[in-house]
Amino acid sequence: MSTNEAVISLDHLKVEFKSKELGQETKIAVNDLSLKVNGGQVFGFLGPNGAGKTTTMNVLLGFVNPTGGSASIFNVDVRQPIARQRIGYLPELTYYYKFLTAEELLRFYAKIFRIPKSETEKRIDTILKLVELEHARKRQIKTYSKGMQQRAGLAQALINDPDLLILDEPTSGLDPLGRMKVRDIIRRLKDEGKTVFFSSHELGEVETVCDRIAILHQGELKVEGSVDELMKQYQTNLEAIFLKVVGYKEAA
Amino acid sequence: MNWNNSFAISSVVIRELLRRKDFYVLFILTVLITGLAGSINFFNNPQIVNWLKELSLTLIWLSSLVIAITTTARQLPAERESRTIFPLLAKPITRAEVVVGKFIGCWQACGAALVVFYVFFGIMISAKGGSLSWETLFLAMLLHWSLLGIVISMSLLGSLLFTSVSANVTICFIIVSGILFAGLYLGKVADQQPEPVQTILLALYYVIPQLGFFYEPRAFIIHGGSLQWSYSLLAMLYALAYSAAFLTASWLAFRRKALN
Repeated sequence: MSTNEAVISLDHLKVEFKSKELGQETKIAVNDLSLKVNGGQVFGFLGPNGAGKTTTMNVLLGFVNPTGGSASIFNVDVRQPIARQRIGYLPELTYYYKFLTAEELLRFYAKIFRIPKSETEKRIDTILKLVELEHARKRQIKTYSKGMQQRAGLAQALINDPDLLILDEPTSGLDPLGRMKVRDIIRRLKDEGKTVFFSSHELGEVETVCDRIAILHQGELKVEGSVDELMKQYQTNLEAIFLKVVGYKEAA
Repeated sequence: MNWNNSFAISSVVIRELLRRKDFYVLFILTVLITGLAGSINFFNNPQIVNWLKELSLTLIWLSSLVIAITTTARQLPAERESRTIFPLLAKPITRAEVVVGKFIGCWQACGAALVVFYVFFGIMISAKGGSLSWETLFLAMLLHWSLLGIVISMSLLGSLLFTSVSANVTICFIIVSGILFAGLYLGKVADQQPEPVQTILLALYYVIPQLGFFYEPRAFIIHGGSLQWSYSLLAMLYALAYSAAFLTASWLAFRRKALN
């Protein structure tokens, strides 16, 4: 994957949610957001709760239609189902089909991608090894711990060998060991040349694994740049930059 | 429309049903009740077999409706509640394929359950020395399965319109029972009503799926006689048309539905 090719492209993206209740104002979730994420990068998408991160991801995945502007993945409009052929997605706090085993879950998703059977089995072996779920592959997901479920989620996001991974708070709710494992997986994916676009509240983690970041606040893009550049520019760490950008006065 | 995607979803629905206890409990109950009823011999009365047929078929119908409605009603709400809908729709799949996949899965699962029920029924009646046309039994089962297609698609639509699974299940049961037992008489009732009630009832008579077309032929199994292939094929086409209409409505409702 060339690092100059824009994998994700957002152009003046706007998302509004109309309230069904009388007298309630329309909520602008994302306002005039323009962003490009190049191939091979680990891109951190940051912002406080309600900043518009998940809404932006939902637009990229075709769950929400933009009110204005455009969004494309690999130069394909996100509203086309084919745009999702080369992406893997891990939602925040998801429970998979509990009555399936990890390998059955992966076979199911592989079928949607029309991966040939022999190739599917090879990929299942590789991915379950990567996410360290090999020992539990024949156990139903309902018997998994939270960390194991999250890794099963990562496994399903990788089944199509995606060029782009969209991860919504991948380490949310995990213990330190679980977080470290997910971080290691993200690093290994980066080494394989994958593009990773992820949101997180763990700024230390973002600082360690991300090449570039964007900080969103109240639906608007406040800062975008490489982690090193931003730290040089602001002469401080990522957490302080974040707090300053979102207007937390004590940090200023 | 990518059928591969719909069949992938249907395989998960079937696996879910196989791993839940609902079907097994209903089957065991049906076997126990009919087995117990079959062991009773009222003064060597030959009509006992007909009574057994009636009881057994009623239990089969009831069980199949319970399986069809409860299995279907929870499909899409469960996907949203457990958030499995997000990783699913993040794949190259459309909402129409999801709706069709859920339908096919529930319909196939109900078909498999019907085969088990009807084979058990046939064996039990034969063992009791009752007369039985296997061809009629087969056609009656096909009609039963066709009716379940309508019920499943209706229940799928209900799961997108009503807020809770229990409300959908209750409403579906009331509608299905109402149509099943009163639908075919609606025309006669309309004739005796003043306007505009007459027109409204007549319109309703023609608009609702007449489930009685599929239920009434069970009389051939109980009292003898042969069920015509032509009638069965026409009824199946009728079921297909209604199922397609409900599925289209489900897709339209699901297309506009917010996932959160």
